[in-house]
Amino acid sequence: MLWVRHLGQLGLRFVSRLGMSLVFLIHALYGAVRCLPRFSLVVQQLFSIGVLTMLIILVSGLFVGMVLGLQGYNQLVNFSAESSLGLVVALFLVRELGPVLSALLFAGRAGSALTAEIGLMKATEQLSAMEMMAVDPMKRVIGPRFVAGLIAVPLLAAMMSAVGVLGGYIIGHGQFGVDPGVYWTSMQNGVDFVDDILNGVIKSVVFGFVVTWVALFEGYDAIPTSEGVSRATTRTVVTSSLAVLGGDFILTALMFGGL
Amino acid sequence: MAVQDPTRQFTNPMVEVSDLHFAFPQRSIYQGLNVLIPRGKITVILGPSGCGKSTLLSFVGGRLRPQKGRVVFDGDEVPTRRGDALFTMRRKMGMLFQSSALLTDLSVFENVAFPLREQTDLPEELIRILVLMKLELVGLRGARDLMPAELSGGMGRRVALARAIVLDPEMIMYDEPFVGLDPISMGVIVKLIRELNDALGLTSIVVTHDVHEACGIADYIYLLGDGVVSGHGTTEQMLNSEQPGVRQFMQGLPDGPVRYHYPADDYLEDLGRAI
Repeated sequence: MLWVRHLGQLGLRFVSRLGMSLVFLIHALYGAVRCLPRFSLVVQQLFSIGVLTMLIILVSGLFVGMVLGLQGYNQLVNFSAESSLGLVVALFLVRELGPVLSALLFAGRAGSALTAEIGLMKATEQLSAMEMMAVDPMKRVIGPRFVAGLIAVPLLAAMMSAVGVLGGYIIGHGQFGVDPGVYWTSMQNGVDFVDDILNGVIKSVVFGFVVTWVALFEGYDAIPTSEGVSRATTRTVVTSSLAVLGGDFILTALMFGGL
Repeated sequence: MAVQDPTRQFTNPMVEVSDLHFAFPQRSIYQGLNVLIPRGKITVILGPSGCGKSTLLSFVGGRLRPQKGRVVFDGDEVPTRRGDALFTMRRKMGMLFQSSALLTDLSVFENVAFPLREQTDLPEELIRILVLMKLELVGLRGARDLMPAELSGGMGRRVALARAIVLDPEMIMYDEPFVGLDPISMGVIVKLIRELNDALGLTSIVVTHDVHEACGIADYIYLLGDGVVSGHGTTEQMLNSEQPGVRQFMQGLPDGPVRYHYPADDYLEDLGRAI
């Protein structure tokens, strides 16, 4: 019956960590609000987690768009529907791939860095030192990073979608000779602002929130040793990736599934 | 010297810890600790590793709350303070961490300027003057543009010291300031602790297990062991103490009240078990 006990322990640990992360979230949100008057701190973080993530997002977006162009054209041409290529590429990107892939890449590129940075700040007593200097780390360290994550992820998702659409165009027009006018018109006619774009933006806001929350919590909660920080970094990528993919299913079901 | 009630020794202390009880989930730390930190003096807290010396500073700084007992700083009950009231109190104390705890993304200058920028609205020229004054005091005015990663351990600690005193606190706490320093850096830190204490009229608490350095700078010494104060007195009193626990620690004897052997079953019986 030992496994029952282990299962119970695992369950308890999960619930207690969930509770801790919620308490952390409340503190972090309060810190985020209080750090807003010093927006320069947020701008610094926007640079290090947003701007520096842009390159990987743009390159991946281009490739994803080109793959969509290739696969989409090859299927659509069977039904002589290659005129809808623009629409297919755009809908895939705006509704799903843009928000999801950018959140996953953000978790890998910036989320892990956030966790490692904060975990090491904890390990080297920088957070304690701030507390003793009467500076609240929630306001000075966590808050700006939270706000920056919330702003950066939707923007990155938008960039990914935009570049992806261009990638699809490069393949569709350059490789297969789809008429440019048809490519763009099908997109203009078929993509709805509220149904498609706004829902995509909502998704990426949610993902940005979740990934940043997980990354900051794991860093703040890390055991302050090299091993602890390395584990926390791994957990950030695993947990936030799962949360993004699972959350995407739920959001998609709510938005498009008619559940 | 017998352990007396230390509360009779100093009037109007800077810090008063009385009957402090505290236990982490796995480990008991204090069972009725009584410590008085006199104003304007250097008080050294000695004790073996893991006896809760550094933890004491967390109580004084209000980062931990006692399960029983009182911690009073400058007339204020520390554990009752929370949030902004706690931060207001902390502005009167500086702390030097063992790892220096410099912010690694800021230069030496910005590290020392950090408390000023966070706590005050001083104009940039004034911040510059204040920072350079404090850096000059620790002899690192020329290193202002270096990053923390470029500093040696001793220099890092001096920068941290400049940062700890930049807001002119009334008290400064040193957590293991002598660990991992070469003899020259050690001498510099010892000199600085003494000079700062006397020149700025600070109250200093030095937590260390280094008996030699401690005796060199202490005005008063507390020796912790088993969750209580196992001995206290001036350097001379401590060095000449007949109390076995104090004698063992001050002279570094391998066996005494603190056993050489970690508690174990009977040796011969233990060996016999394998056969």
